[in-house]
Amino acid sequence: MHNRPDLIYCYDGSFEGLLCCVFESYDQQEIPLDIFSPASLQTTLLPVKEIQTEPQKAKRVFDSIPKKIGLAALDFIQRAFLTCHAQKELYILLFLRKGYRHGPSVMDMLTDEVVNTLVTAVKHLDKESHLLKGFIRFSVVNNTLVAQIEPKNYVLPFLIQHFRERYPEERFLIYDATHGMGLIYQPYKAMIIPIEELQLPEVDEEEQTFRELWQLFYNTIEIKGRHNPRCRMSQMPKRYWKNMTEFGEGQTLVQKRTKAANELPGFSGRLLTEKEG
Amino acid sequence: MTVDVFDKLKILTDAAKYDVACTSSGVNKRAAAGGIGSAAACGICHSFAADGRCISLLKVLMTNVCAYDCQYCVNRRSNDTPRASFTPRELAELMINFYRRNYIEGLFLSSGVLKNPDYTTERMIEALRILREEYRFSGYIHAKAIPGTDSVLIARLGLLADRMSVNIELPSQNSLRLLAPDKSKHSILMPMGYIQNRIQENSKDLVKYRSVPKFAPAGQSTQMIIGATPDTDWQILNLTESLYKKYKLKRVFFSAYTPVAENSLLPALNTKPPLLREHRLYQADWLLRYYGFAANELLDQNQQSFNPYIDPKCNWALRHMEFFPVDVNRASYNSLLRVPGIGVLSAKRILTARRTTSLTFDGLKKLGVVLKRAQYFITCSGKRADRVKNTSTAFLQSLLSDKTRDLYRQNFLLGEQSEQLSLFEPLADQQNQHMQEELRQCITGRI
Repeated sequence: MHNRPDLIYCYDGSFEGLLCCVFESYDQQEIPLDIFSPASLQTTLLPVKEIQTEPQKAKRVFDSIPKKIGLAALDFIQRAFLTCHAQKELYILLFLRKGYRHGPSVMDMLTDEVVNTLVTAVKHLDKESHLLKGFIRFSVVNNTLVAQIEPKNYVLPFLIQHFRERYPEERFLIYDATHGMGLIYQPYKAMIIPIEELQLPEVDEEEQTFRELWQLFYNTIEIKGRHNPRCRMSQMPKRYWKNMTEFGEGQTLVQKRTKAANELPGFSGRLLTEKEG
Repeated sequence: MTVDVFDKLKILTDAAKYDVACTSSGVNKRAAAGGIGSAAACGICHSFAADGRCISLLKVLMTNVCAYDCQYCVNRRSNDTPRASFTPRELAELMINFYRRNYIEGLFLSSGVLKNPDYTTERMIEALRILREEYRFSGYIHAKAIPGTDSVLIARLGLLADRMSVNIELPSQNSLRLLAPDKSKHSILMPMGYIQNRIQENSKDLVKYRSVPKFAPAGQSTQMIIGATPDTDWQILNLTESLYKKYKLKRVFFSAYTPVAENSLLPALNTKPPLLREHRLYQADWLLRYYGFAANELLDQNQQSFNPYIDPKCNWALRHMEFFPVDVNRASYNSLLRVPGIGVLSAKRILTARRTTSLTFDGLKKLGVVLKRAQYFITCSGKRADRVKNTSTAFLQSLLSDKTRDLYRQNFLLGEQSEQLSLFEPLADQQNQHMQEELRQCITGRI
């Protein structure tokens, strides 16, 4: 077995394709420097080896994982594959190689660099999908619930169960703008399909009213004596804000107007409260 | 929805915001066919207000009209404030529309006392009935039991809600008598005991018959106001502990008192809410619930208040240096939990990781252990950390958080005079002197 510091694998970006890279690595007794997908492809001076996706090879690798390393490890690398880690493919390959050597105990090797890297990436994915269960904001359009998200990780598969248990009788769409995918549900089936772009129609009056009611609630529930924007930011990072109703257009308008007014002499924060009422 | 609803929502949110319990945890449920709403045992935060507090539930009052005159409360009878009431249907409709848009995880419903406790509770029951029966809502509902309500009504409320709570508000009978003349320890503890009995009976029935309707399946909680009365941290923590033990509460919440009234019995209006104290109490509460500490280990007759500069766990560690060092490759889970810098998660990871390898300090870092602190209290297979600065300054520095380090500097004006953060300056404040004494003993004696 030798490391090949001069070789790069290139696969088609599918999970099966990645499993074929694992196959190739064993077949050729080599470990590539990195694994590129069409999404991460960059120009490189190093030789690039195209790895063809062959279902049979993929299946052999897939079936061997629960047998040799355990079901938990299979679930783990499937999650790892959906994370936004830049070198997730290479680390999954290295992880599997370790797994074949050590068996199921590889899952316990939390201080190992490879395992730790993937554990951290998966934690990030789990955290983000948990946060989004709360931060997603639907608009009611033609009696369908529509939401847009921009997650770093590919979280849609982890949202299906939660939202179908929450809204079994509704029709809803969650559009992941980062990955160009959408989760579509209608009673009682869900699927994930590619969506290029989503243009939302104008919202009706009822929708607008509830948005404003929510903004009113959001602004009122704060205890001003405990104002702590840093704490809010660490709990709810700013990158989520732009798709959240409480920071919607109406909101920024109110804030802007208030800010302008507050800068005039004689006004000190009074206007905001009056505006909301 | 009329403009009227905007006014009501504003008034009734404003009146409810000092209630701290906004969690949606403790129960797993999914919508029944034809219904809406689920719940996750871990709880889900839907937003965070600008004060950094989680918003999980639509937290409002049914009405802020109140027959009582509790001095610490914004809704007291004698306060000149605009009053409003939701009709049960208005509230249910508002809630379900927020829920559909995923703004919230459920409803937190409390109320001022309109006419009398029974009448108030009946209105709350009606709102919950509409949600549960007409909208077939199976999401999370937290309902407040009003002290003095008939137990038949409490029973009905408990069958509609997931969690119930009765607020203790003031941690001693004496404080209650002074500030909340309409309430008594008895009127608060009675419904609490009743709810606990029903939950227990219910869980027995559930074993026998699966179709028994669930009574408050997410348990009950309570809340205490911190800093409105002279009760000490020690008293509060002991009360908290006994509530967990006797009444099997799921949570005890603490609310730093924000002055809302001019009253000679209460802190002045310009008093800042004692946030650091509240923070220390929550830290201690965590130690009781997840770390296996007892209230009397953290505080005692002689030390009745938490140290403002270091957290309760470090404080305990400093007073029990004979317990350390703990060897991470051998120590039990419970001993690991007592090490400053090791939490529940990292302790569990240590147990997992040491199955395959002998842990080193580098490895611990990957597991999420805060080595800055932990290094003074642990060994890895008998070895201490390399390059540990074994000076008392470095040791103290490591135990202070960034915030308290600033506080310490401000109060003692040390940082500028000497680059050393000295522990040995003479201090006027007796309590601090006591703490310094302790620190000195620990440090010179042990490290």
